Amino acid sequence: FLGAGGGNDIQWCFSQVKGAVDDDVAEADIISTVEFNHSGELLATGDKGGRVVIFQQEQENKTQSHSRGEYNVYSTFQSHEPEFDYLKSLEIEEKINKIRWLPQKNAAQFLLSTNDKTIKLWKISERDKRPEGYNLKEEDGRYRDPTTVTTLRVPVFRPMDLMVEASPRRIFANAHTYHINSISINSDYETYLSADDLRINLWHLEITDRSFNIVDIKPANMEELTEVITAAEFHPNSCSTFVYSSSKGTIRLCDMRASALCDRHSKLFEEPEDPSNRSFFSEIISSISDVKFSHSGRYMMTRDYLSVKIWDLNMENRPVETYQVHEYLRSKLCSLYENDCIFDKFECCWNGLDRQVEFFSVLHFSIVMTGSYNNFFRMFDRNTKRDITLEASRENNKPRTVLKPRKVCASGKRKKDEISVDSLDFNKKILHTAWHPKENIIAVATTNNLYIFQDKMN
Amino acid sequence: QDTQEKEKTLPPERAEEAKLKAKYPNLGQKPGGSDFLMKRLQKGQKYFDSGDYNMAKAKMKNKQLPSAGPDKNLVTGDHIPTPQDLPQRKSSLVTSKLAG
Repeated sequence: FLGAGGGNDIQWCFSQVKGAVDDDVAEADIISTVEFNHSGELLATGDKGGRVVIFQQEQENKTQSHSRGEYNVYSTFQSHEPEFDYLKSLEIEEKINKIRWLPQKNAAQFLLSTNDKTIKLWKISERDKRPEGYNLKEEDGRYRDPTTVTTLRVPVFRPMDLMVEASPRRIFANAHTYHINSISINSDYETYLSADDLRINLWHLEITDRSFNIVDIKPANMEELTEVITAAEFHPNSCSTFVYSSSKGTIRLCDMRASALCDRHSKLFEEPEDPSNRSFFSEIISSISDVKFSHSGRYMMTRDYLSVKIWDLNMENRPVETYQVHEYLRSKLCSLYENDCIFDKFECCWNGLDRQVEFFSVLHFSIVMTGSYNNFFRMFDRNTKRDITLEASRENNKPRTVLKPRKVCASGKRKKDEISVDSLDFNKKILHTAWHPKENIIAVATTNNLYIFQDKMN
Repeated sequence: QDTQEKEKTLPPERAEEAKLKAKYPNLGQKPGGSDFLMKRLQKGQKYFDSGDYNMAKAKMKNKQLPSAGPDKNLVTGDHIPTPQDLPQRKSSLVTSKLAG
């Protein structure tokens, strides 16, 4: 990363792609969440089939300074199974909605994974030695006849092939009547929140039989329901502060010190709407599908159907920046409503390392990324105000070749290399993307494939 | 000519709304609101009445059992679910292709 131009000097290259090549996608293989751990060494994915796959970055090859380590499969396990709640006649999907990593405290790694109803704490640990030389057992496990033992020896640990084991350490169940959309670990690293459509609960990581309800927006009469919770996140530094977004495009910031039940927000972030533009679709497209704090905690980013907005926590009445992801879809809302695409929940993310010390100055670069259709994804450089559209496709898979920017032609004459709006494939959606916390490496999930891109190192 | 001009200057969102209302005149007056919220809350809900099911089965002994249409808007048990309608509910014992 050189030059004063900021993050836009990043030249993205294909690095790896994981998953099946065939077009016939099984439901279970649909990727539903992607998340790097705090060091970036591990990358987890969850899918509709309830499975988690964790990739580990190879140690960098000291002789090959031009390439960063590749991500290879480290562990995979079945996190959740389909269930049927007979009491409520409710089918519970095994789809993993979110994965969140805990910061590493010891040799093992921990993550929280959740489906619609149950959150689980998984421990992923390595085993690279095993005890040998038992007195009462043969090496193959058979028990020896004690009367044949004439001498005693002390069993010792000997190295073995690395085995990675995943085990569920805590199961946080039965606390959500509605469908869980978010989990967020507190900066105290002891508690976390889980949010469903109408309620948010606070848990302690060690305690599974109790949970505190901190937000409840369920109306006394369900006929009066006008708004649901769509996402929630703890502030990165302030352990008493969290935000939640709604289907009406508002974000509420709450402080748990104010009261036990945070039904009254401390701040309400909402952009005033132009009444003349109001239509049947207004509320649907204003629904926020993701909210993410910046690393400093000074800003937060929201994603609604057509745009990404950056909010300054000190200013409630409008966002400080708005970036159009695919404005050309505004004149396609009718068909997007008919094929349900208008309800697609896109996520967004901040770049990882947002500071680069170069010589004696500190350059701040800030880029946000989000997905779109046709396997396109978009990045917005907040400093230069430039944006770029890239495509996750196997056709571009030559390592170290810079990805070619894409352009959608909204109307009029289509230039060569542009793609017209009507040719976009709305079944190819990029809903989940993640940025390595320290390096310019990104993970982009198409329907059933995971792409890893990195910046071209000179 | 006046209405023609109005249509021309209609913002894209309102033009799309007009298209939708033309296709579905009975679309709720509430702007895209509570209907889809209730659908979201009721995701996964399966309605089954064994009495209705057996009555229907008896009546239609010689005919084919009615099956659920592709109507996404079906929220309550307007139709009798049959075993053929219910999706396969088995967990994925196969390893993810991402790990393959």
